[in-house]
Amino acid sequence: MKAFARLFVALDQTTKTNARLAALRSFFEEADKKDAIWCIALLTHRRPKRPVKTPLLHEWAAEAAEIPLWLFEETYHVVGDLAETISLILPEAEKREEKTLNERMLELISLGKKEEADKKAYITSTWSHLSRQECFVFNKLITGGFRMGVSARNLTRALAAHTGQDVNVIAHRLMGDWRPETTTFEALIESEAVDADAGKPYPFYLAYPLEDKPSVLGAPGDWIIEDKWDGIRGQIIRRNGELFVWSRGEELVTDKYPEYSSFLTSVSDGTVIDGEIICHDGKAPLHFGVLQKRIGRKTVSRKLLEEAPVKLIAYDLLEYQGKDLREIPQHDRRALLENVVEQANDSCLLISPVVNLPDWAQLEAYRAKARDRNSEGLMLKRRSASYKVGRKRGDWWKWKIEPLVIDAVLIYAMRGHGRRANLYTDYTFAVWKGKELVPFTKAYSGLTDKEFQRVDAFIKKNTIDRFGPVRSVNPELVFEIAFEGIRASNRHKSGVALRFPRISRWREDKPAHEANTFQDLIRMLEAYG
Amino acid sequence: MNPLLVFRPEGIYCPAGDFYIDPWKPVHKAVITHAHADHSRGGMKAYLAHHDSIPVMRHRLGSDIKVQGAGYGEVIRINDVEVSLHPAGHIIGSAQVRVARHDEVWVVSGDYKTGPDHSCAPFEPVRCHHFITESTFGLPVFKWKPQEEVFDEINRWWSQTQAEGKTALILAYSLGKAQRILQSVDSTIGPVFTHGAVENVNQVLRQAKHTLKPTTRITRETNSDELKGALVIAPPSALGTSWTKRLGDFSSAVASGWMQVRGMRRRRNADRGFVLSDHADWPGLNEAIEATGAEHIHVTHGYTGIFSNWLKEKGYNATVVETEYGGEEDDEPTKTDEV
Repeated sequence: MKAFARLFVALDQTTKTNARLAALRSFFEEADKKDAIWCIALLTHRRPKRPVKTPLLHEWAAEAAEIPLWLFEETYHVVGDLAETISLILPEAEKREEKTLNERMLELISLGKKEEADKKAYITSTWSHLSRQECFVFNKLITGGFRMGVSARNLTRALAAHTGQDVNVIAHRLMGDWRPETTTFEALIESEAVDADAGKPYPFYLAYPLEDKPSVLGAPGDWIIEDKWDGIRGQIIRRNGELFVWSRGEELVTDKYPEYSSFLTSVSDGTVIDGEIICHDGKAPLHFGVLQKRIGRKTVSRKLLEEAPVKLIAYDLLEYQGKDLREIPQHDRRALLENVVEQANDSCLLISPVVNLPDWAQLEAYRAKARDRNSEGLMLKRRSASYKVGRKRGDWWKWKIEPLVIDAVLIYAMRGHGRRANLYTDYTFAVWKGKELVPFTKAYSGLTDKEFQRVDAFIKKNTIDRFGPVRSVNPELVFEIAFEGIRASNRHKSGVALRFPRISRWREDKPAHEANTFQDLIRMLEAYG
Repeated sequence: MNPLLVFRPEGIYCPAGDFYIDPWKPVHKAVITHAHADHSRGGMKAYLAHHDSIPVMRHRLGSDIKVQGAGYGEVIRINDVEVSLHPAGHIIGSAQVRVARHDEVWVVSGDYKTGPDHSCAPFEPVRCHHFITESTFGLPVFKWKPQEEVFDEINRWWSQTQAEGKTALILAYSLGKAQRILQSVDSTIGPVFTHGAVENVNQVLRQAKHTLKPTTRITRETNSDELKGALVIAPPSALGTSWTKRLGDFSSAVASGWMQVRGMRRRRNADRGFVLSDHADWPGLNEAIEATGAEHIHVTHGYTGIFSNWLKEKGYNATVVETEYGGEEDDEPTKTDEV
């Protein structure tokens, strides 16, 4: 595990991509192949089930550090990372013990089935035999959430360089439902052909946001233009008599959307469709909030199927009759896709309609009404584009509508986590209802580090009261809050819930009494909810 | 009987002696624990401070300030109050202020650290009834390694940076930590250059007959070739400014207690973070408090709520006091004196 811990330190000590790639390469060159496959699995979020409940880790660590549990919790709140808090709070280990990453992972997997007392004995004894750095990595192996500053893209690049293969081939190899316990480095990375796993998805092609005027893209006729649907991105794989549904987060979600099982008969074998998983009443797409009821659920009741029916809005065809189509032009893939959808004649499989308008001005007017269609804006896809891997500039653009905005007063603040651990950066905002301020949203992002520091200094000097980690502050600062949508909600005291709220700017020009009112918020709810 | 010290909107006040300690608003008489900007502010009619704090105070607050100097342990009588200064181990000249009348003793510790530092006198525990303590690093994750280990890491990073043909830029505030690093790094590795803000303080200290290792100020005329392989000491605010263009290719490092936490290390966006603080760590705070024998602990700047609850649990009568002191790195003036 030392080599893996060293890799972690090396990645942590640099912000430069090249240095990170070099660290990964040298790890793959030196590491045992069993450790290498685990490293790939951990960096691509394929972690075995957590063997211990985290509250127990809190208790055991507090006990080992000889501090009360409340102090552990407060400290964890500041540090923001459980694995790190534990590694810093424990006394320094006196004896060291060497094991490989593979050995540790197998131990942790078998730990899952053991009694609590045995788990505690194993974990506390391991803690007392590891350096701080290894202890941190060991805890990460238990808790997961491995963020080592290595994107899938960089891992792919390092493996491509290490094995002399093409980056896109490696990206494809890493996709799908493989497990480090059951596959080997040789089979996954080094074998002649990409693993013939029937369910293996293609890497998604992701669009860049369009920040310029669309006229820089040339004539609209060069582009296939569609609505940007507000569901979740999905890839439907129909191969070897089976059906697989993947979400963009590389999660296999076939069982969550039983509606799609009709594709087994309506879509022919050897077909892969890229599209939007979205709730739809047969006439029009429904609000994202409806789909939210489905996302977290593993099993779906009949009632939920009726309330939140899911369809697929198809917009690309990646494989047809068993052939990879990603290199042929967008408009040819689109023509084949239209055929597939038509032949399927399946009420669950819709085609994303093409928006045919002759100039950008009319398209802009059409885009402005996207909210009425429960769409987030427009997608622009170059007719000649191949289907690329990951986020690439040039051929696919998302042209989103402007967010909704409201000016609100900062009234509560909490310390942030991680990078912002010693700053007050988590804020609650309110609008005026007569002379009273009604809190309606939280927002965590949107200010620069310098602005956060200034707001933090204000908060520390203007605290009225403290409730645990939260401070109430003098209502003086006004911020513009941007959000993508608004809905009625009985889970929130204010009665509204915002989608993707964030701070769009600090209104230093506005005194608190000029912030928006609760009535303004209700008007927005009526207009857009 | 009225307490010997009280907390007023202007700062910590002694009614019997009619003076303030480290006030943050202008008052007629201020006893100063140390020369950092958040403890030693301008606008006071008269100051009392340790001899070693005075040159920097004059440099920062103006040469015309009215200031009386005192040595460690020297007793000064103000009305029926005894005032004396005792080493706080924070930076050069830093002092704890002991205030005593009849049988009642208070100690205002300002900022302090209990570990060793080649640039100032070591912390000295003072017995008292009331102890006013900082809590900048008042959480059990803050535990400092022996400074030799930290300086070994810094020396290794400097050598490695030198081997790569680059300049090693270390960020540390200009009064205190800059000199601590200067005096403790292995100067056989290469020459040490300084940012103007650091060199100004060095100059003031050298004029006051303090011995510091040689340093060279970086100016507009400095050629970046000269800096290859050198160590450059600059205040934290210099990172990310155009000043760093003078350095050519460099590796940056922050030296601060906050570097103990990974998230904070990443926020600084420097290449390396070294855990080196001028404040007491968790064991240091706890030991220092215990050594005073005090029953009443007043907790100022830092993790005040958490730390005072911990002290209460240990049986102390602990309270939180709101002050306007900053923590580590907050006490650097935002505008660096000179470029």
